Amino acid sequence: MNVSLFITCLGDHFYPNAGRATVELLERFDCDVDFPATQTCCGQPAFNSGYHKDAKKAAKQTITAFQESEYVVTPSGSCAAMLHEYSHLLSDDKEWEQKAEALAEKTFEVTEFLVNVLGVEDTGARFQGTATYHTSCHMTRLLGVKDAPMKLLENVKGLEMIDLPNKHDCCGFGGTFAVKMPQISTEMVQEKADCVRETNADILIGADAGCLMNIGGKLSREKSGVRVMHITEVLNHQ
Amino acid sequence: MPLRVGSDAFAERVDTGLEDAFMRGAVRSAQERLRERKHTSSEQLGDWEAWRDHGEEIRTHTLNHLDYYLEQLSDNIAEMGGHVFFAETAEEANAYVREVARKKEAKKIVKSKSMVTEEISLNEVLEADGREVIETDLGEYILQIDDHDPPSHIVAPALHKNRSQIRDVFTERKGYSKTDDPDELTRFAREQLRQEFLDADLGITGCNFAVAESGSISLVTNEGNARLVSALPKTQVTVMGMERIVPTWEELDVLVSLLCRSAVGQKLTSYITGLTGPKTEGEVDGPEEFHLVIVDNGRSKILGTQFQSALHCIRCAACVNVCPVYRHVGGHAYGSIYNGPIGAVLTPLLDGYENNKDLPYASSLCAACTEACPVKIPLHEHLIAHRQIITEKEKLGSMPERWSMRLFGTGVSRSKLYRLASKNAHLALKPWTKGDRISSGPSLIKEWTRSRDLPAPSRDRFRDWWMRRGKGEGQDE
Repeated sequence: MNVSLFITCLGDHFYPNAGRATVELLERFDCDVDFPATQTCCGQPAFNSGYHKDAKKAAKQTITAFQESEYVVTPSGSCAAMLHEYSHLLSDDKEWEQKAEALAEKTFEVTEFLVNVLGVEDTGARFQGTATYHTSCHMTRLLGVKDAPMKLLENVKGLEMIDLPNKHDCCGFGGTFAVKMPQISTEMVQEKADCVRETNADILIGADAGCLMNIGGKLSREKSGVRVMHITEVLNHQ
Repeated sequence: MPLRVGSDAFAERVDTGLEDAFMRGAVRSAQERLRERKHTSSEQLGDWEAWRDHGEEIRTHTLNHLDYYLEQLSDNIAEMGGHVFFAETAEEANAYVREVARKKEAKKIVKSKSMVTEEISLNEVLEADGREVIETDLGEYILQIDDHDPPSHIVAPALHKNRSQIRDVFTERKGYSKTDDPDELTRFAREQLRQEFLDADLGITGCNFAVAESGSISLVTNEGNARLVSALPKTQVTVMGMERIVPTWEELDVLVSLLCRSAVGQKLTSYITGLTGPKTEGEVDGPEEFHLVIVDNGRSKILGTQFQSALHCIRCAACVNVCPVYRHVGGHAYGSIYNGPIGAVLTPLLDGYENNKDLPYASSLCAACTEACPVKIPLHEHLIAHRQIITEKEKLGSMPERWSMRLFGTGVSRSKLYRLASKNAHLALKPWTKGDRISSGPSLIKEWTRSRDLPAPSRDRFRDWWMRRGKGEGQDE
């Protein structure tokens, strides 16, 4: 099975280990992974801020970069959801709209791909420790991926999962929201960090770089000692 | 109370909200209580998603045939001897009600809870005409006697006040002398209000849903005050937003089921009242004269646009109860009687963008609102659509933002340029990088690092690792 990796801009620069883990996981389950070099950013910062002309440029770039791909897999539910949004964004141009639909059909968030396409629920990972999992808003509500991450995490040997209180509340990242409304974002991430600490878990696991940067940034500022990991790093751990 | 309340800038209102520790505690616990109740009561209903689909279908159908159903409603009411007035603007609606009050020489007017009368500032108009207007919903009553404190929640308007604050209001304004026990406070308000009901010359109600097929209006309350408002005074005026209508009682059943569960987590509220026209011969209660004022006030301009589904709203506040932004800033921060996600969508539509351009940005786009809405309004998508209009049509975005987005658009659509910037990202941020993190910096970094660290961009990006693996793609130029 041929899989193209969409690393995402945040993944490439801030969580490269998640990208490596994604590649290794996919290869372990017999995928032939490639990395189209012309990929950039999904365009979400511009789209969510209302700059749709600029977002369209990103959408076209991404569609073209992955035109030849059989599957597109990304370690981000939020960016996968954005790729699914392209057909609406480009709906005033039939040709691009169709290309966008074709991209959406073959694009998957990595845990969704493992569970629903590859049929993998146990990646064979081992990890000693206690962890809590942050459910990302875009991944669960926009992309509709709700169960795959926990199915995979429950099968990691040695890992004890603790439920995160108020897990359905947003962490306050929201892309440009974090810097456009910093005072509100701050209160939201504070509450999230408090909930994480309440679990006494050693590790906070997430499936989106944006959320991890945000909650991780708060936990780091508070010198909480909680380690932040992308879900693929845990699933790839031996 | 007009649609927009207060004159402070959005950022100031947000700061005021964030500093109000009591209000935030009250909102947090109310949100958690209401979410839990909604969850339990919607589970009892069976397939909640199917109910939501049905609710959406009913609202879509009704809004698509609004002219037909409004005419049917109006004809049915007229046939029963009621009066119907279509008000295009707030001014027209207020002038009509003022005229009714003048004709009836109404000195005292009792009102049950109604958002649309707040929106059009009806109380102010009647008071300026020398009439006493008394709010009889407990929450609204508290706010009214507390110098017209604005509502902070669509369903629970005095959510931001605790019982000792309410006791103080009653003591200062009404000579109350007992404790802050909720039962005692409520009993006192009942005693005060009972006489007002008996003395009133005119009753004004809102309308949860009008029923077109029978010319009825329905009222959903827990306090029974709307029944007294509609049963005791000789004249009743009902004011409704033009979209608050269902074709038949069958659809009313579905929407009331969704409303009660979504708003307060009850199967049904204590009182659900259906009123059909004025009192007829042989009936013992009900008004002798009945007026229905159907208010447009900007709503028909929303019909047929991408925002039409915002008119599906049944005012349950389920979106408010799950909103993490509302949770921290409270209702007053929105500066509108419609607050929370639906307020951020509706207020710019009814009042324009100029004074409300920050509201659509008061959301992390987490979509909890969209998921909670019982009639499936895509609230977060409407917020994005507002943002697009604000930036691309109204050009209300800041110059630096516009330029940085243009730069972004150029950068991400030229992969060589993107890779050049990507390769140098860690160098650009080097002056502020300490170890693996950034704790302070200029501009956007400053905003981010007010309260949290930023991980330093990795020198060894994914692309670099990929290159070393020897597959030869993704290389820098």
